[in-house]
Amino acid sequence: MKKYTYTEKKDTRSGFGAGLSELGKTTTEVVALCADLTGSLKMDAFQKDHPDRFFQIGIAEANMMGIAAGLTIGGKIPFTGTFANFSTGRVYDQIRQSIAYSGKNVKICASHAGLTLGEDGATHQILEDLGLMKMLPHMVVINPCDYNQTKAATIAIAKYYGPVYLRFGRPAVPNFTPADQNFEIGKAVMLNEGADVTIIATGHLVWKAIEAGEKLAEKGISAEIINIHTIKPLDDAAILKSLSKTKCVVTAEEHQMNGGLGDSVAQLLARNLPCPQEYVAVNDSFGESGTPDQLMTKYGLDTIDILNAVERVMKRK
Amino acid sequence: MKNTAELKSLCTQVRRDILRMVHAVSSGHPGGSLGCVEYLVALYGKVMQHDPAHFTMDGRNEDLFFLSNGHISPVFYSVLAHSGYFPVSELNTFRKLNTRLQGHPTTHDGLPGVRIASGSLGQGMSVAIGAALAKKLNHDAGIIYSLHGDGELQEGQIWEAAMYAAAHKIDNYIATVDYNGRQIDGDTDQVLPLGNLKAKFEAFGWTVLENNAGNALDHVIASFEEAKKHLGKGKPVIVLMKTEMGAGVDFMMGTHKWHGSAPNDEQLQKALSQLPVTLGDY
Repeated sequence: MKKYTYTEKKDTRSGFGAGLSELGKTTTEVVALCADLTGSLKMDAFQKDHPDRFFQIGIAEANMMGIAAGLTIGGKIPFTGTFANFSTGRVYDQIRQSIAYSGKNVKICASHAGLTLGEDGATHQILEDLGLMKMLPHMVVINPCDYNQTKAATIAIAKYYGPVYLRFGRPAVPNFTPADQNFEIGKAVMLNEGADVTIIATGHLVWKAIEAGEKLAEKGISAEIINIHTIKPLDDAAILKSLSKTKCVVTAEEHQMNGGLGDSVAQLLARNLPCPQEYVAVNDSFGESGTPDQLMTKYGLDTIDILNAVERVMKRK
Repeated sequence: MKNTAELKSLCTQVRRDILRMVHAVSSGHPGGSLGCVEYLVALYGKVMQHDPAHFTMDGRNEDLFFLSNGHISPVFYSVLAHSGYFPVSELNTFRKLNTRLQGHPTTHDGLPGVRIASGSLGQGMSVAIGAALAKKLNHDAGIIYSLHGDGELQEGQIWEAAMYAAAHKIDNYIATVDYNGRQIDGDTDQVLPLGNLKAKFEAFGWTVLENNAGNALDHVIASFEEAKKHLGKGKPVIVLMKTEMGAGVDFMMGTHKWHGSAPNDEQLQKALSQLPVTLGDY
């Protein structure tokens, strides 16, 4: 098992803030909109440095999505910022018509996704956003795993023309990917080559997949670990190549089982290379208040859950 | 730019186009389309600075129009075609398979003249504000126009946008309400009364103008000229434009019945007999 280390834990939302701040300096077309969560989204630096290119919309997310669509007409590259819940479900029709169907170059940047939002509880813990967004034709859906990758993704999506959903979160998590990484939309990152089982993870579950891989190695199980930061378009070739070798897969994500990364992988395999699959995901349930760690444990999104899923899936080979 | 007589004959032709388009596919929205003929003919033929022969999505240094009540696509398409955005003959494809003239307007198929999809109501004012902000950032003197149904004002997003536009002094923007008092289910006063729209928009901080003759071309042009005088003064401008749903066809007026219903063969002939050919049918 390849060794991964980190020097500090950092929140992915700060990676977004840092990426946006850098874009502010390098790309004059980039503008930012926020619905009264500037501090939470770490957009303060951009706001301070570029007040003319920052739009405080107030608590009016539908209006924010429409204004963002309009700003593209005139060549701007708008980045909207609010919690994932208010970035997707609340404004689904606005995104669908004014952004996705209209083909507008809007970057929908969504923080506090999933259970790790913590104590605020289920009203804010959206676990359906990846599914909602990936169903929209031509919407790119990205869920990076740590601070460095979120920063790199933020910068990369400004160079891509078209609507993008960028999902990140609140808690500090191990920052282990290289600061100078080249973020390629739609390209899987191979973290460990293995022969017995493939673990495909996204977002906060990627580090847990690495932890699981280390424990499996101790038991003599060789796990191939893939970081899927882009859920759509999915890197079909990388997944099929891995599964043609390992013949079984565990998918891991901080999202509902219905509609998430696991479903995308299952669809790909069903059509090309049917294999046993186990899901590490929330099983048709809302979240609740608690600390992020407590919630990840209670809802079955921990390292031990990945290990158990590996055990189950390998028996089905 | 056309003279008033030319614009009037264009209005009559646009009305024929609308009726023939919806009749051909037995679907579409003739009522509101007929009511907004003078508005769109004046806007595209007289008021806006625009370049139909060289359409670009960004529309730099041009005036831009956003149709928020996208269901009146027939009048929009006819006016765009007669303005030179695409061949008038293409009106024949309205709502048919593989057409660029979808039931509701879209950018998806590359139809020149359309800059946003609309149809799901209440979104166009936000989009117009975004385009107005882009003009300001680009130091572009172009003016943004938008049209909204009165029933559409029941959507909450409109009021989010209205609050923002006034708070942020979006003063390169003229919105218009097609104030015909009717919607699918009946009179607006019965479905959900809008209350005092003038007082509402004034309370939100807009400059509110009233045009009580939205189907009189001269009044519409004068109303635009008046509205333009209020640009650049720190407030968004809205025109409450009284129109008659179904205007120009006697049996389509005075009722909400033709909001979303197409005439049959006999009704079409009866309607067309009231609107003599001027520029030639497509």
